[in-house]
Amino acid sequence: MRAKRVAALSAAGAVLLLTAGPAAADGSPSPSPSGTVSTAGSSFLTATTVRPGQTAKLSGSTGDYLYWSFAAAAGQTDRVEVTLTLPPASSRHGSATWTVEAFDGLRRRQACTAGAQTVTAATGDTTVSLGCALRQVRSWAESWSGDPLPGTYYLRLSATDLPEQDLGLPIQAELRISARNGDAQPDGASLKAPLSPPVNPGSTLAPDDAAASAAPSAAASAPRPVERAKGWFASLSTRWLWTVGGGVLAAVAGVAGYRLTRHPRRWFSAAR
Amino acid sequence: MINRRRSAVGLLSVLAALNMFGAPPAVADEPKSKEPPKVELVLDDSGSMRTADIEGHSRISVAQQSFDEVVDALPEQTQLGIRVLGSTYPGDDKTVGCRDTQQISPVGPVDKTEAKTAIATLRPTGWTPIGLALRDAAKDLGTGDTTRRIVLITDGEDDCAPPDPCDVARELAAQGTHLVVDTLGLTLDDKVRRQLTCIASATGGTYTAVQSQNQLTGRLNQLVDRANDTYQETPSQVSGADGCAAAPILAPGVYTDRERFAEHRWYRVPVRPGQELRASVSMSLDRALNPDYGLLLRATAGDGRELVRGTDAGSGRTDVVSTGLRWSDPQAADEATPTPMPTPAPSASAASGPNTVCLVVSNSFSAPAGVQTTPGMPLELTVDVVPSSAAPHGPDLGRGWALLAVLTVAGLLAGLVTGWLARWRIAVWKEN
Repeated sequence: MRAKRVAALSAAGAVLLLTAGPAAADGSPSPSPSGTVSTAGSSFLTATTVRPGQTAKLSGSTGDYLYWSFAAAAGQTDRVEVTLTLPPASSRHGSATWTVEAFDGLRRRQACTAGAQTVTAATGDTTVSLGCALRQVRSWAESWSGDPLPGTYYLRLSATDLPEQDLGLPIQAELRISARNGDAQPDGASLKAPLSPPVNPGSTLAPDDAAASAAPSAAASAPRPVERAKGWFASLSTRWLWTVGGGVLAAVAGVAGYRLTRHPRRWFSAAR
Repeated sequence: MINRRRSAVGLLSVLAALNMFGAPPAVADEPKSKEPPKVELVLDDSGSMRTADIEGHSRISVAQQSFDEVVDALPEQTQLGIRVLGSTYPGDDKTVGCRDTQQISPVGPVDKTEAKTAIATLRPTGWTPIGLALRDAAKDLGTGDTTRRIVLITDGEDDCAPPDPCDVARELAAQGTHLVVDTLGLTLDDKVRRQLTCIASATGGTYTAVQSQNQLTGRLNQLVDRANDTYQETPSQVSGADGCAAAPILAPGVYTDRERFAEHRWYRVPVRPGQELRASVSMSLDRALNPDYGLLLRATAGDGRELVRGTDAGSGRTDVVSTGLRWSDPQAADEATPTPMPTPAPSASAASGPNTVCLVVSNSFSAPAGVQTTPGMPLELTVDVVPSSAAPHGPDLGRGWALLAVLTVAGLLAGLVTGWLARWRIAVWKEN
């Protein structure tokens, strides 16, 4: 009887362990650092760095191309929300199309999985809301693929289509980046250097020199992410919890099976 | 799924990871000290600035007021110069009127009182030689490592062409000093707007139509701050070749070049076995172009075999089109003895030396008739070489309900078999 109780307890423990595991993996919104950024860059190189959770708010002109950058770690899923206050309707001459685009550290276009990336504002509209949910950042990808990898990400907000007369009118832009952390795929893989491009001027090498220089990565670079989206338990993946739980269940089942062959009558009479 | 032999390794890696957690997250290195950001304000002081149409005040008084506020709020390290055009010659002689531009405050640490007095004494007078003023402003700013910004404030189109100010802007941009011209129009006139947007897009700057005092002050402050916040070292100039063999060899960093329509530009990067090449390229749309376009970046081996490509295409209004690629030698990643690729390039003759990867940038831009095709469009190339990352192995551990079921059933069967074996052995022993 005591053995049965022990078995039940350990099974319960295993179940607890398992339910705790996946729940932790679901992740929670990252802590929001305070502070508002009031600038935006005008090119990839001059992009203003924004941390997820921060807000960037500034006034600009309709024709501006506004650039921001942020660092994303493996397992992170980022969501961008932009609210635009348009110039007064009286000074506009037609509808305008606004777009928020995302690029990775290699300036490759990144897909939005959800959100209104492109919105056409009618002449009467006063505000426009844009959004883009990026793909989850993978921990590793083949070098031939375009998958999102840890490193710098760039955002560009611009009017992609508007009447020529409407250039230069005042707008207000507000950008918010939020990040959710999760288990990075594939498991146990990592990228040795994040996709954060160098920003220092390069130098050409003489042909004889090329073999000698081992070409270390440039010192200055665009924002780099932390090693992993989650601190403590990132390496202690939920696979550990599942596997340990499975081992416990197997042990319990083994003891139960053994006892079943020793005293089958006791088991079946108890069941009745 | 479960590899017991590796559990010790797993534990060790957990410990290592926990240890790593204590280390601070990697951050970009602090930039070394470099020259201060340099900005020149170029103010139109021609006769038309007398017009009182901004909230009831004359254009020049609005500009003067905003200049005062900008000078007051100037960040300490920013070096600001002020140049005016059309402020001295009231006559009708075009040749004299079109040479009328002076620097009233040199580029350098600003003496605030002096600068404000100089601004306050301005009286709208003469012609509008914008092209010449831009050229002189570029000279005032000089050459150096950082981006130079010119902020042009005007209310009228250039009446001194040639030189056409837009051509001047393109010519200045092509000179190699990284120069950005931001323009502010004090009127909503169509011709002025077209001229100013042309100047802005030729240099990667911005255009703003000013309609109020607050807007002008805010925008000026923003532009001066932008020079302060985001100024950086100018990418180094490189000139791509028209074939791989003669292409320049690039170290990690940022480069600029120019590429005409339908042109191919080649560069070379040495990549050792175990290293990964990362390259990205952006082309700026600095002139009127047909609406559909594309950009292609290819990495090829020395013998012309394509390794990988990056491409992007678009349609409609944008400032730059960009794409990038990664490449590492797959043989090196397998940790096999690296067999160097056949590279006819003279540099990569040593067997253990780096492979030379060729990068070629091509574009599918086109322009309506009448648009200048030279100089080519600005191209920005970023090259990086980093340690390559090996492909991960399959996971050592399992996950999911199926795993639990399999383990439980296996455990149960093992228990049953052990139990039956034990019973059978006891029975055999009893018989003997």
